[in-house]
Amino acid sequence: MSEPLIEVKNLKKYFPIRGGVLQRTIGYVKAVDGVSFTINKGETLSLVGESGCGKSTVGRTIIRLYDKTDGDVLFKGIPIHSLKKSELRKLRPKMQMVFQDPFSSLNPRLRIGDAVGEALLDHGLVSKNELRDRVIEALEMCGLASYHIDRYPHEFSGGQRQRIGIARALILDPEFIVLDEPVSSLDVSIQAQIINLLMDLQQQKGLTYLFISHDLSVVEHISTRVAVMYLGNIVEMASRDELFDHPLHPYTQALLSAVPIPDPDLKRERIILEGDIPSPANPPKGCKFHTRCPFAKDICKEQVPEFRDVGGGHYVACHLV
Amino acid sequence: MERPTPTLDYRRKNKKRGGTSLWQDAFRRFIKNKYAILGLVILTFMILFAFIGPYFSPHQDVPDVTKANQPPSKEHWLGTDNLGRDVLLRLMLAGRISLTVGIAATLILLLIGVSLGAISGYYGGWVDVIIMRIADIIYAMPGLPILIVMGAIMSDLKIPPAHRIYYVMFILGIISWVGVARLVRSQILSLKEQEFMLATEVLGLRDSKKIIKHLFPNVLPTVIVAGTLGVASSIISESALSFLGLGVVPPTPSWGYMLSAANNMIDFAKRPWLWIPPGVAIMLTVLAINFVGDALRDAFDPRQKI
Amino acid sequence: MARNIVEFRNLKTYFYTEEGVVKAVNDVSFSIREGETVCVVGESGCGKSVTALSLMRLIQSPPGKIVGGEIIFDGRDILKLSDAEMRRIRGNEIGMIFQEPMTSLNPVLTIGDQLMEPLMLHKHMTKKEAWNKAIELIKQVGIPRAEQIMTSYPHELSGGMRQRIMIAMAISCDPKLLIADEPTTALDVTIQAQILDLLRRLKEEKKMALMLITHDLGIVAEMADYVVVMYAGKVIEEAPVRELFKNPKHPYTRGLLKAKPVIGRRQERLYTIPGQVPNPIDLGDFCYFSDRCEYTMDVCRKKMPPFVADENGHKVACWLYEGEWKK
Repeated sequence: MSEPLIEVKNLKKYFPIRGGVLQRTIGYVKAVDGVSFTINKGETLSLVGESGCGKSTVGRTIIRLYDKTDGDVLFKGIPIHSLKKSELRKLRPKMQMVFQDPFSSLNPRLRIGDAVGEALLDHGLVSKNELRDRVIEALEMCGLASYHIDRYPHEFSGGQRQRIGIARALILDPEFIVLDEPVSSLDVSIQAQIINLLMDLQQQKGLTYLFISHDLSVVEHISTRVAVMYLGNIVEMASRDELFDHPLHPYTQALLSAVPIPDPDLKRERIILEGDIPSPANPPKGCKFHTRCPFAKDICKEQVPEFRDVGGGHYVACHLV
Repeated sequence: MERPTPTLDYRRKNKKRGGTSLWQDAFRRFIKNKYAILGLVILTFMILFAFIGPYFSPHQDVPDVTKANQPPSKEHWLGTDNLGRDVLLRLMLAGRISLTVGIAATLILLLIGVSLGAISGYYGGWVDVIIMRIADIIYAMPGLPILIVMGAIMSDLKIPPAHRIYYVMFILGIISWVGVARLVRSQILSLKEQEFMLATEVLGLRDSKKIIKHLFPNVLPTVIVAGTLGVASSIISESALSFLGLGVVPPTPSWGYMLSAANNMIDFAKRPWLWIPPGVAIMLTVLAINFVGDALRDAFDPRQKI
Repeated sequence: MARNIVEFRNLKTYFYTEEGVVKAVNDVSFSIREGETVCVVGESGCGKSVTALSLMRLIQSPPGKIVGGEIIFDGRDILKLSDAEMRRIRGNEIGMIFQEPMTSLNPVLTIGDQLMEPLMLHKHMTKKEAWNKAIELIKQVGIPRAEQIMTSYPHELSGGMRQRIMIAMAISCDPKLLIADEPTTALDVTIQAQILDLLRRLKEEKKMALMLITHDLGIVAEMADYVVVMYAGKVIEEAPVRELFKNPKHPYTRGLLKAKPVIGRRQERLYTIPGQVPNPIDLGDFCYFSDRCEYTMDVCRKKMPPFVADENGHKVACWLYEGEWKK
């Protein structure tokens, strides 16, 4: 097995809830409540879950857009959260991110050429003369044309903007990219283009991805391994084939059965979950999923299930497995 | 790898633009805006009128009661006031004061407002709390009594009338930065939520770059609008202050003072040459500044066509 | 065969923008039969929502304008009705739910107020009757503790609950047709499954027709009886759902079906439709898909293909099938 590039150890991220005149902390939203995983070099680990499960927070805390509350993140053995600001800045080009919203992820008053090239220049990784060539190279690699360099973001469609966002990350020659729902706001035909682009780039450059998404069909297509999150915890993690062929956690099973499949003749046994996701500010005791779980037993209400390996790197946190 | 085929792409019709900056584009958009040019022409005229004009006047700004309250004539184009002074000359001299106060007070209020608002929004936390509470306090204080108190203090300290104008500018700046600070702060707070600001962090850009290239150009339209409004309201506030005897003191004229000096029924009904000229001057100036401000705001918006 | 509840006949809705005329709905004709679920599917900007808004006569004017065609609803031409008559139809005979359950409810009114209002307005119920009916509706859309919900404000409910309330409002006057514009796009998959289930159940119970607007072919397969595919303001293909999925004809429909990754169908590489949707301003008279199509012929770039049905009633607008027409 290849070496781990990212190691996440019992990572926690709590956001304070403030209230009152003095804005005192009156509670915490436990967005990420102790997750551990590793991402190996060259693979794509997907984090799936519904809104509010903490998947984006994990992505942002890993590359220290947010400071952790507890735990550790190692990038090639370097503890990201212990670095000084200047050291972190030096490491930034190696860990990049592609954002969800192609409309807010580009500065409307900055030309594409500047948006893509500025970081390279700021880090002193290129001379001013070479900059334009490097930017054009990155744009073309992402399926854009050299004449796009002088345009402003509003002149592009959503799919093209997403390509620009990818070019902006790619030009720094990163090893690791967090893809935060990069295709979820795109139309199907454009979505396929971007997914193929991401997979091509991964092959060419040996990139490592953390792919954050709520769309299981896209996740199945792009991942090497998949981790399913619910209310701040990973409830199941396994290789792509294992997870989609033999889902063990009732939540994973419900998620999978809820995805509509474009085949009118297919009749499936669907597990419809009752109710809504509880608030992460006040999560249920015991197994956090027990309030919606169709198979919940008494033990689930009291004891937190252990996240354990049930064989072959298939991890699951459920009393019933 | 597929490339988007631009066959039906209307954008190809656009002229190719070289590697110009946002500022160069803004300049090109600005000079193509009719209103902007009109505004600039008026403003330039007003400044020349106020600062150069008096040198061409055959009159002196001294009272001559024998010529009091004359209507416009060949000798006195805009007539004379109740002390026999030439209204045209006084209009020009008043312009110096009003324009200086208007622009300088605005610069002060922008300087304080933008920097405090930016610091408050960018750093947040307790810095934000402190600055915003100070802003609340200033906002809650009734402006007029403070001005009266300050005016009284200035009189007690025997500040020479010629210097008073600087204090007026300063006072106006101090009491009116709050609105701008709040605007800028909320603008920055909403910008910080935008993913492109997160992206600057991921890219590891220096703080100076983040502020100059990403925050500032996006706050600029707000600042321009606030500045435009600021000049107009400062000119008007100054006249209120002068009327209360807190701003410039007679015989030094300002447009606002000239307006308010014609505050009796006789002047109003029978001697329109006393109040129409300063009124028109204020209106033209404010209008011109609004034109320029609007044009500037549009000029910095890349969505606008060149 | 059931009779048509709605019939769009050559509907044209244009938007007059600074840059030019956008033909958002460009000569669209299709019909919805009583008790049938018709899915209108297409990518953003294809005109599917504008079609629905035209039916409700909710097009913002200016810049929008319905410039031609007819919409026959239950025997009347909607476009010829007075505003007062239209108000009686809206919410009463046609219900509509929108994509964004967060903004479709008024934040300062309680759920009860918002549910009772149309009942008192359209059905002339007393306050007491409306209250009871509203409670019944809340229970119908599967929300427990109905009394408590009646006095709650929208912000106290989750997105899924709000969408249920929207559905309750839309069906409150027993409409003959329910329009659902991307009703689950803003929701999570497990909640989406709940809402789709609910819509299916209500449709059966109330014998409504359902016009479901979506971009998700999975939802189409699950919900639709009949499918209308739109591209750049045009209907390019329509067929019964099984026929469409089994035998998609238009290269765009085929492309969409192939480009979407599907659970359990692992493939090395996704099929992609190259390029992007054309800019909708001042489009000429030719097949709008021609610049992205792998089968483009000369005629595609010159003439608009006619919309022709085959013997199974499967209609398609594509020059590839020119040979079949002559048979």
